[in-house]
Amino acid sequence: MPPRPFTLIKAALFLVCLGPLLDLTYGVIADTLGANPIEALTRGLGDWALRFLLITLAVTPLRRLSGAAWLLRLRRMLGLYAFFYALLHVLSYVWLDQFFDGAAILKDVFKRPFISVGFASFLLLIPLAATSTNTMIRRLGGARWQALHRTVYAIGLFAVLHFWWMVKQDITQPALYAATLALLLGVRVYWAVLPGVVGNIIHRS
Amino acid sequence: MLIRRPADTLPSEITPQAIYRDRREFLRAAGGLALAGGLGLTSDDVAAAKLANTRPGPYSTGEEMTSYKNITTYNNFYEFGTDKADPARTAGSLRQRPWTVQVDGLVRRPGSYDLDALLKLAPLEDRIYRMRCVEGWSMVIPWVGYPLHELIRRVEPLGSAKFVEFTTLADRAQMPGVHAPVLHWPYTEGLRLDEALHPLTLLAVGLYGETLPNQNGAPVRIVTPWKYGFKSAKSIVRIRFVEAQPESSWMRAAPREYGFYSNVNPDVEHPRWSQAKERRIGEFTKRKTLMFNGYGEQVAQMYSGLDLRKFF
Repeated sequence: MPPRPFTLIKAALFLVCLGPLLDLTYGVIADTLGANPIEALTRGLGDWALRFLLITLAVTPLRRLSGAAWLLRLRRMLGLYAFFYALLHVLSYVWLDQFFDGAAILKDVFKRPFISVGFASFLLLIPLAATSTNTMIRRLGGARWQALHRTVYAIGLFAVLHFWWMVKQDITQPALYAATLALLLGVRVYWAVLPGVVGNIIHRS
Repeated sequence: MLIRRPADTLPSEITPQAIYRDRREFLRAAGGLALAGGLGLTSDDVAAAKLANTRPGPYSTGEEMTSYKNITTYNNFYEFGTDKADPARTAGSLRQRPWTVQVDGLVRRPGSYDLDALLKLAPLEDRIYRMRCVEGWSMVIPWVGYPLHELIRRVEPLGSAKFVEFTTLADRAQMPGVHAPVLHWPYTEGLRLDEALHPLTLLAVGLYGETLPNQNGAPVRIVTPWKYGFKSAKSIVRIRFVEAQPESSWMRAAPREYGFYSNVNPDVEHPRWSQAKERRIGEFTKRKTLMFNGYGEQVAQMYSGLDLRKFF
C-alpha cells in the first residue's frame, strides 16, 4: 500500500479506537451509565481492554488470510490501545471503586482468583507496552523481542479467565470471548502444525 | 448504626422533593418512550396504582431513600435477564392480574389467595428498609406491605413445620429470562419458620406508596432486610411450609458461594468478593457494611449459638 493512504487509515483507526473512551466519558458526564456508574465505567473499560487484546491477536491471522501485509503495521497501535484501556480499567478499580484502599486491594489481588488473574494479565502487559518502540525492538533483537511478546497468548487467557470467574452465573458473555480467543490461538496452532498447507491453498485460489 | 425516627411520619412527608421530581420525570420519560415503543413498556407498567390507606410501620430508617428511578432500573431479577438493566426493559410482559398465591404444606388451613384477598388481609404499612445486595451495593427502599406473620398466623402451621419455601413464577411466556438455563427454575428461596415470623419480614405489595413495578417483584414479594437481597423472593406464587431445610436456587447453583442463611455479614467473605464494604447507590465512596445490615438489635438473638461462618 502506498504511504499516503496508509497514513490516513492509521490516523482514522487511531481516532476510532478513542471512540469507546469518549462514549464512556460522555456517559459519566451526562449520567447515562445507570444507577451504578462506577461499576458500569470499570466494566466498560475492562470490556474494551479485552476487545482490543483480541483485535490485536486477530491481526496476524487476518494478514495471513488476506495477504495484506500492511495490516501488520497497525498491530502495535492496537496492542497499545489494549494496554491503554487495561490501564484505565485498573485505575478505575483502584481509584473509583476501591478509593486507594491498599489493604482491600491487596486482599482482592491475593484472595480472589478472578482479580489475581486479571492483575497478572495487566502486569504482563506492561513489559510488552514498554518494549513496543522501534528502539526497544532493535535493542532486544528480533528473536528475543518475539519471544517476549508471545506472552500475549497467556495474557489473553488470563484476561478471559478474569471475566469468566467474575460473572455470577450467566457465562454467555465470557464464553463468547473465550471462543474468539480459542479460534485466534487455534489457527496459530493449526498453522504451526501444518506449515504451509493452508497458506498454499489460499494463495493458489 | 440504626437511626431511629418517630413512627408517625409518612414517606411522602420525608421524601426529598428532588427525588419525587426525579421520579415523576422518569415516569413521564418512560411513558413517552413507551408510546414510541422504545422501552417495550405498556401503560400498565408506568401507571403504578396508588395504594390507599397505608400507615407508617415500625423499623423504618431515616436514611436518605434511593431514587425511584434507581430502584426501578437496577434490578437483579434473572427471570427477566441477567443484566441489571434488563428487567426494567423486559418485565412489561408480566401480567399482575389475575394472580394467586398458593399457601400449602404443613399447615392446618391451606389455601389459595388471590391478589385482592392478599391486599385486604392486613393493614398496609410503609416500611423504609435498607437493602444490601450480595454483590456489594445497597439501597434504601420505601416498601409497602405487612408482616408475613399476618398471613402465616391465618394458615396455622403445624408443629412439624420448621421452614418456609417461597416459589417465584416461572412462565416462559411472560418472563424472557426463563428461556436461559442460568438458574434452576422456578426460583425458590427459603426461611426458617422463626425468620418468616419475624416482625421485620415483610410481604410487600408496593414501593414509594404505589403498587410494585414488575421489575421489583410485582405483584407480591418477600422482603427480609437483614439478609442479602436474593433471599427476598419476588413475584411469588407459592408459600409452602416444610419440615426439612429447603434448597434454594442459588444454593443449588453455587453451594460454596450461597448458603441457606445468607445473613448480611461484613466478616464472612463471599469467595469472590469482600463483604466488608458496600456502595450505596447514588454515593461515590463505599461505606462499611453493618452486621445483619444494621438490624442486629432485632434479629441477632435468632442466631445465638449458631456459627455464622459455617451457616453463612
